[in-house]
Amino acid sequence: MTQVSRRRVFGLAGAGAAVAGLGAAAGVLAGRDPEVRPVGMVSVPFHGEHQAGIVTPAQDRMHFVSFDLTTRKREEVVELLKAWTAAAERMTQGLEATEDGAVGGAPQAPPADTGEALDLSASALTLTIGFGPSLFDDRFGLADQRPAALVDLPRFPGDDLLPARTGGDICVQACANDPQVAVHAIRNLARIGFGKVAVRWSQLGFGRTSSTSTTQTTPRNLFGFKDGTRNIKAEEPDQLAQHVWVTDGPQWMKGGTYLVARRIRMHIEIWDRTPLAEQETIVGRAKGTGAPLGQLDEFDPVDPHVKGSDGEPLILPESHVRLASAENLNGAKILRRGYNFTDGSDGFGHLDAGLFFICFNRDSRTQFIPMQTALSTQDQMMEYLEHTGSGHFAVPPGVRPGGYWGESLFG
Amino acid sequence: MTLPTFRAALTGLACVVTLAACGGEEDKPTGAIAVEAKDDACAVTRTEADAGTITFEVNNKGSQVTEFYLYAEGGRVMGEAENIEPGKSRRLNVEVSAGGKYQTACKPGMKGDGIRADFTVKGGAAKQADGDAALAEATKGYHRYVVSQSDTLLVKTKEFVDAVKAAKVDEAKALFPVARTYWERIEPVAESFGDLDPRIDAREADLEPGAEFTGFHRLEKDLWVSGPQADSAAIADRLMADVTEVVDRSKKIELTPLQLANGAKELLDEVATGKITGEEDIFSHTDLWDFRANVDGSQAAVAALRPIVEKKDPALAKTLDERFKAVDTLLEAQRDGSGFKSYDKLTESEIKAFAEAVDALGEPISKVADVVAAK
Repeated sequence: MTQVSRRRVFGLAGAGAAVAGLGAAAGVLAGRDPEVRPVGMVSVPFHGEHQAGIVTPAQDRMHFVSFDLTTRKREEVVELLKAWTAAAERMTQGLEATEDGAVGGAPQAPPADTGEALDLSASALTLTIGFGPSLFDDRFGLADQRPAALVDLPRFPGDDLLPARTGGDICVQACANDPQVAVHAIRNLARIGFGKVAVRWSQLGFGRTSSTSTTQTTPRNLFGFKDGTRNIKAEEPDQLAQHVWVTDGPQWMKGGTYLVARRIRMHIEIWDRTPLAEQETIVGRAKGTGAPLGQLDEFDPVDPHVKGSDGEPLILPESHVRLASAENLNGAKILRRGYNFTDGSDGFGHLDAGLFFICFNRDSRTQFIPMQTALSTQDQMMEYLEHTGSGHFAVPPGVRPGGYWGESLFG
Repeated sequence: MTLPTFRAALTGLACVVTLAACGGEEDKPTGAIAVEAKDDACAVTRTEADAGTITFEVNNKGSQVTEFYLYAEGGRVMGEAENIEPGKSRRLNVEVSAGGKYQTACKPGMKGDGIRADFTVKGGAAKQADGDAALAEATKGYHRYVVSQSDTLLVKTKEFVDAVKAAKVDEAKALFPVARTYWERIEPVAESFGDLDPRIDAREADLEPGAEFTGFHRLEKDLWVSGPQADSAAIADRLMADVTEVVDRSKKIELTPLQLANGAKELLDEVATGKITGEEDIFSHTDLWDFRANVDGSQAAVAALRPIVEKKDPALAKTLDERFKAVDTLLEAQRDGSGFKSYDKLTESEIKAFAEAVDALGEPISKVADVVAAK
């Protein structure tokens, strides 16, 4: 594990120089002296080679939204993307969606910014946009720009997808260390979009389930296990280049990546009645330390040859840790960035809770899809899971100063 | 309300009901433009006139109740004659001070955009679209709309109330959404009289504890659910009295341009919170009539302000036109005979499409007030 300074981590999220201008103007010191700032509350650069919110150290909260375009005019889509970019540049720097938006406008006009983030810091807000397969139908003349990798996801065994939680033309992932900041961002983007887009579905996540930086501890999912121990980290540029950033396909996707979102309902009440030993066998890790079974430390390698006192392997081939491992998937890895969620209760006395899985990969056909195929057919954990929502989005490269989201596609 | 006021109102009502007959007895002013309205045609004998008072004589030769409108550019209503029954004629005087392009429209069955034709007004002052004159014209134009809607509200409420009192349930059911149309079109004005609105229009679910359930929705429940009650007739009488008082007061109210803009927004809010959810007419499911009427009212208020918006923010004017049209298209697709499809028959995706279109319209409408107020 390489030791890196926080400055280095932020640098990875975007071009530092570009940010210094905006950040300084906004009175924010991101990228200049991050070592002395409380890490969770500073701003993350919006501009850069790649979009922020992918290798940015995973923030604690998330609000994810999927939109359907209601306009049929390409120029209105471009208008919208420009307006969104302008608002996103400001909000990620801890500012109102528009200058003096919340209370500085005319008293007889509705405020241009909704105001609930007025006294809050940037909280490391990142906003990340993606384009769904449906954007490339015949409405906007984009059919020949659809990347081959942006497939319609196959139906996996056990899928119980609700149309109202699935798909969409455009997604925006908002992550922040303050949930109100994330919700404020999505709310204001949705408002700017009325008449051009309509919210198809949205999801709140209350706690991160992945670490995307070696500076972060591994969080736990709602099964109580550390999740994403073997995730790709921001400090591993070779791994990112190999598994995350797109270099082939249509020109407009160079520097982009593909996002898969899955709303995975967990039957937590059933899981909670499962004996500890069985839980650990299903996962392949110790619940307390997160270490692979038969090992001591969380980051010790998974060794399938270690046997228990009964002579049987401690880690079964069908354990979650084995099925999802690169070794089992021809070396395929994904960058995971999911969140725990609960959407109240289901009316039958159970919590409607689970994992809002998000991953980024450079080609879902060779990474996410084989992985999910293996898990959905063999993983014993599936007994406790139900996939209720799904989305696949092409995440375009980062925005240069003066540019806008999706410029490489629409420009 | 005191009995004498009620009588006065009724006298006024009689005049409105027989307006066609009354009008016929007077001498026709020279230069009245005859309009022959049929189910599929709207023959206007002259397509131009000099600025000043223009008189139309509308004769309904069709089989459906019709309306006649004179529109300025952008759909601003200059004058209208509502509720012209088959075989009847109606005279309409319109004050047009500015020369320019206008449109006439007959609306057989009182539906949609109607049968339109160009109409030219010559001479007069050049069109003023700035300053106080434009604002004054806006409020005057909307006041005309409120007055004409109020008159018809009285007529239709009377017909509805009479049917209720005569225990003609089917007839009363047919008249319920028609009478409410005129109420819903001017609702922000009517609502400004805080005491009257709940008596006329409170929904059962919104009543404060101990409050008496009266008005349109109480009669709706009687007609669709409980059947005529011992006090239905008394409730009907009281509705008539309350509506009469609202009409009297509405006609006298002077609205500012800002109130107009906010009224247009409030009508859309009504749609978004009450109609989309199907809560408004929970017993009859005639929500789409109210929906249509709220949008009509909102459009009338915006149209009155349109010359000002057009001048100060042409892009907003264009957006408003497009978004109103989108809502119109969705609404007109739900026509069923002379009325609308029952709201409980709409699919979830149809309701979602309505909600999206109303959101899309609500945002630009919320910007009108500021544009109007800006110097």
